[in-house]
Order: sequence, then C-alpha cells, then structure tokens
Amino acid sequence: MRVSIDSNVCIGSGMCALTAPSVFTQDDDGFGVVQPGREDGAGDPLVKEAVRSCPVQAISAAEE
Amino acid sequence: MTVADTHANAPSAPAFPQDRTCPYAPPPGYPAPETHGAVSRMRLYDGSEIWAVTGHAEARALLIDPRFSADRRNPSFPVVVPRTEDQASVETPLIGVDDPRHARQRRMLISRFSLKNVAALRPLIQRTVDDLVDAMLAAGPGAELVSAYALPVPSMVICSLLGVPYADHEFFESTSRELITAPTADEARAARQKLYDYLDGLVETKRGQDAAGPGLLDDLVAERLADGQVDRAELVMMAMVLLVAGHETTANMIALGTYTLLEHPDQLAALRAEPELMPGAVEELLRYLSIADGLVRVATEDVELGGQTIRAGEGVLLPTSVVNRDATVYERPGTLDVRRSARHHIAFGFGVHQCLGQNLARAEMEIALSTLIARIPTLRLAVAPDEVPIKPGGTLQGLFSLPVTW
Repeated sequence: MRVSIDSNVCIGSGMCALTAPSVFTQDDDGFGVVQPGREDGAGDPLVKEAVRSCPVQAISAAEE
Repeated sequence: MTVADTHANAPSAPAFPQDRTCPYAPPPGYPAPETHGAVSRMRLYDGSEIWAVTGHAEARALLIDPRFSADRRNPSFPVVVPRTEDQASVETPLIGVDDPRHARQRRMLISRFSLKNVAALRPLIQRTVDDLVDAMLAAGPGAELVSAYALPVPSMVICSLLGVPYADHEFFESTSRELITAPTADEARAARQKLYDYLDGLVETKRGQDAAGPGLLDDLVAERLADGQVDRAELVMMAMVLLVAGHETTANMIALGTYTLLEHPDQLAALRAEPELMPGAVEELLRYLSIADGLVRVATEDVELGGQTIRAGEGVLLPTSVVNRDATVYERPGTLDVRRSARHHIAFGFGVHQCLGQNLARAEMEIALSTLIARIPTLRLAVAPDEVPIKPGGTLQGLFSLPVTW
C-alpha cells in the first residue's frame, strides 16, 4: 500500500490524524501529512477508515 | 414511479423547519430515506419547495460535490427561515462562500485549530470547567446548567483563543443569540450590526497596540490585515463567524448532551464505570443530537442524486438528524449507544465546509461532560423531563435552560 495526501486539497480537518494516528499527523500549519516511515500504511486497518473520514477525499491509499 | 417520485409530486411535502418534540430526536414529521426516498421534497415557510437529502450516502456525495454551492450571495441560494431573507446583501465568510475565496479564508485559520494546538488548550479547558463546577457546588445544590456551565465553557475558551475579552460575554452571548434566532431579517440585521460594531472596535484597539496579544485575532490583525491579505470588513465578519460558531454550538451540545445522558441512565453508568469511553460517547452524541439540523446548498449545474434530477439553481436541504439516523449505516439508529462506532456522521458537515472548530468542540465536550459526571455523581434533572424548554426548529437545536440538582 502507498499512502499519500494531496496537500492542495487538504483542509486541515485533522480527521486522518484523529482516526489513524499511527499513520497520519498534522504539520505545523495544520495540514495532514503521512508519518515518516509509515507511507506503506503500516498494516493499520484504520487507514481505510481515515480515507473514508477525510471530508475532502484528499487521501489516496493505493495497493501496490 | 419510485416512492421518491410520488412524494416529489405530492401536494403536501413535509414542512421545514419543524419543532422537535423530543429534544434529541428529529421532528417526527421529517421525511426519512426508508419512507420518502433518499432525496425527497420539503415545503418552506413561504410555500416554496426544496429538495431534502436524507440518505447518508447521498448527503456525503452532495457535500463533497463542487456543483453544489454554499454561496449565500447567490440570489438562488435558498431562504429557509425569514431571518436570512437578506443574506445576499452581505458576505458571510467561511460558511457562506465557495472556493477559492473560502479556501483562502480557511487557510488563515487552520493551524490554530489543529489537533496539536487544541491539545495545548486542554489545561485551560479543564481549569475553566473545574472552576465552574466549584462555583456550582458552592452555590448549590441546584443550578441552571446552561447559564452556569454549558455556555460559559465554550464562551471562555473561544474568547481566549480569539483574543476577545470575556468581560464582554454578556453582550456577545445575548447578541449572538439574537442574530441566530431572530424572527425577521430586520432583527437579524440589527443584531449583526451590533456585533459588527463591537468587533470592529476590537480590531481597531488591536491595531493600535504596540505588542500583539496572543489571540488569533491579534495574529490576523498583525499578519494579515497589515499587509492587505484580508480587508477590514472581511476580517471583522470572519471574527463574527468564529465567535458565534465558537460558543453557541458547543453550549447546546454540552447542555443537551447532559440531558440526554441523564435520560439514558444505563449509558451514563457505563461512562462513569469506564471513563475511557468518553471520546466515543462524544462522537455518538454528535450523531444522535445533530444540533445543526438543516444544512443548505444550491445546485450550480444539473445533478443526478438518489434517483432525482436536481436542476441548476434549485436549493437542497440536509436535515442532519435524519441523515445521521440512516439505518443502512447505523444499526438501531434511534438508540443511544456510547459503545458504538459513530464514525462518518455529518454532525460537523462534510466536504470543504466541515466545521473548522470540530476538534476544539470535541475536546470541550469531552472535558465538560467527563468532569461534570465525575464531580457531581448524583446529578439529576430538577424538573420533569418534558418540562425542559426545547429550542424551536430552524435554529441550532438545544435547550433554553436545564434545571438540575444533586
């Protein structure tokens, strides 16, 4: 899995970091980012929930 | 012909708004997806009709669809209550504008509402809550929980965050309430002007200060107004939206959340026994209470949704209390269950306009409800449950007052 966030779309809701904190966090400006080293989703089943929770569908979690 | 078609053509579409009869349940007369279809019709106060989207999947699809606009200056934007009849005459930043203008305004604010910055506010929220409980216990037994607790918590916190003097709270609380409950557009305009003048004066004071204060408005004045990224009227209106949304919404959730838990003693007992359930309980209360019970948009192109065609220029209404009880998403949706996963509710909206302050609101609700039930274990209603005054439909839902004792 390859997890990424489109920073042009992100509105900083924090839903990803709230839903799957092992994979997502927010940068100092409040935008969602993938935790360093967790770009593969770290096997966390909550990644799927985070994708669905994102209010602007800024997260992609593509199977490789 | 589908069920929805039948209702789309029926002469007596259900009215919007309707008053709740139970303070935490949708009005019994609102259309539901299983009986009226996911997209049906409602009738407004002036006799006109509007699309009502009550299916959860359809509501989420609509709220992320850029073909639906939140621009209240659009002459086609629906007027669902008389107080917004003149909404096209003035820009409502953040909530009543579309991208790219909306994104520019929101991006000035988001870092202050990030999870990290909200976590840093938790000690302030806890102190505020503790002091208010101390005061209630000293004056009691017995309190009116809205004025003694539910309103001052978010009011003090948003003042601190924005840099608005809490000493002025009686003015802005009563004027905010006039603004959002005004029976006519004239009364809404008068309240808006009072708030505008107050906040414009506050901006002027902040402009004159040698050293910027710690609030968000201080930042905006020093960093955005000074170099022209935002003009003064826009800044004052943004401050108004933040101030009003920052205290009225959460105040209703704390009071109505307390009432709802007191009316569900098994759920309250579970929270007392397992305090770690509280974050999930807050999510469930957001779903269950759905206090912002009527989101509005206008279509800018023809859109197919839920088997209906919504034409360009037509309005849509989302009664969130019905959407958040869609039985295809939530099992036993009419049951309060603090152990359920209430994820994906639209109590904060969805799409680019999803509530900017949602994580602050979560923290306030969590701390206010946890502390109240822990420190006043014998808390109970001081009146019969059906004597508690419910706010009318078409406004933020909640209670005018909540007499409690212990």
